[in-house]
Amino acid sequence: MLHNVTEVSAESLRDTIAARFPQGYRFITLTCVDGGATWELLYHFDRNYELSHVRVRVPKGAVVPSISGIYACAALVENEVQDLFGVTFEGLTVNYERRFMLAVEAPLAPMVRTPVAQAAARAGEMRM
Amino acid sequence: MNNATTSTPRRTVIPFGPQHPVLPEPLHLRLVLEDEKVVEAQPAVGYIHRGIEKLAEVKDFQQNVFLLEHVCGICSFIHALAYCQGIEELMGVEVPARARYLRVVWSELNRLHSHLLWLGLLADAFGFESLFMQIWRARERVLDLEEQTAGARIMLSTCTIGGVRRDLSAEQVGQVLRGLDELEREFDMFVPVVIKDATVKERLCGVGVLTQRQAQELGAVGPVARASGIARDLRVTGYAAYGELGVNPVIETDGDCYARTLVRVRELYQSLLLLRKALRHMPDSPIAVAVKGKPEGEVVMRVEQPRGEVMYYLKANGTATLERVRVRTPTFANLPALLAILPGCELADVPVITLSIDPCVSCTER
Repeated sequence: MLHNVTEVSAESLRDTIAARFPQGYRFITLTCVDGGATWELLYHFDRNYELSHVRVRVPKGAVVPSISGIYACAALVENEVQDLFGVTFEGLTVNYERRFMLAVEAPLAPMVRTPVAQAAARAGEMRM
Repeated sequence: MNNATTSTPRRTVIPFGPQHPVLPEPLHLRLVLEDEKVVEAQPAVGYIHRGIEKLAEVKDFQQNVFLLEHVCGICSFIHALAYCQGIEELMGVEVPARARYLRVVWSELNRLHSHLLWLGLLADAFGFESLFMQIWRARERVLDLEEQTAGARIMLSTCTIGGVRRDLSAEQVGQVLRGLDELEREFDMFVPVVIKDATVKERLCGVGVLTQRQAQELGAVGPVARASGIARDLRVTGYAAYGELGVNPVIETDGDCYARTLVRVRELYQSLLLLRKALRHMPDSPIAVAVKGKPEGEVVMRVEQPRGEVMYYLKANGTATLERVRVRTPTFANLPALLAILPGCELADVPVITLSIDPCVSCTER
């Protein structure tokens, strides 16, 4: 089961991650999960073989702050998530404009289960 | 006045791969050059993207064992192992002791296979063809051992949720032990050439240096990190039977191509040691337990592949199919390190430096 999970908002994501860098946390990777109306982004870290995670949930269509300015190695996986899920990262140090993992003729965001428009409608229904 | 000495060198962009004589797999880099010197390297990933993570959301959780083996043809067993361990943790399955030892046996055969394949390719990359052939002859023996024990040379398919699918008889254990003795004799013949030959050292020493700080900050894993002085090897955490067998990470500190070679060469002997220990101390027990029910919850599982840490994130919802299967392979983690060490090198060194991280593009692109 998943332990050591810190839930944060998109606004505090960069500060939370920036605090980890000087403490010697190694960034392992980023996982994106399609949560229906939201994106669930899980940032995985390791320190002395101990795993910890930072989780942020954002509505589909929202822009997520990039952590590539803090952990340079995050740029590649953020580009991958941008390609496969259509999440937009703001402040990416290297931006392949959704053509990092996918060929030019490939369909965009193939990992998405619930398209953004459908997710927005669902979010609207939930608010009513 | 000579303008040639004062003008800014013209920049050229050349594609390195995805089809290149020195590359065993279709890695693609765009190299920005000033004369013969690399000033920037940009990766272009996706040439063989197969969408395995997406397919894993459609197949049921038992079928995924076979699917995820196909992420990589070199460390197929270890991918299946990472996935099975993740599902076992979600379902609270306790794997029998003999199965844990057998998992070490096939993991270490995968590691031997991988390191020998890489070492041979490296020899080929710097033009030492007779060395390449000697090393790959040894690799062939490892594939024979995999076939003798698993019935297959590449996709072993012996790992299953709850244990393993094949046992080894006493006779087979004896055969493998004798095979390991033969392998060690072959290692003893070619390893001195790899580590002492002047032409080899000329190509590797001081080339593609990755400092310890860079390795840490860029998230390097496996032999790439260990060659830069980072003592990190997930086998130390004791998964499968590594806790009983004992593993000390092999480290070097120079951070260059030679150090990365030394780490892998020393790990060849370490794998022989672990295999002998596992085979000689394998307990008697069933090789698998029955698994009932469906997985539920989230888990992250990490194991040490030949190229370093592989991470599986699994999210299950109590049905036969998983909501999310995420695979972060070691080569993906080592790409930022590669991009950091290429600038400043000569174009002629690019193949050797690139090979020194042992790139597996099949893994990287999934």
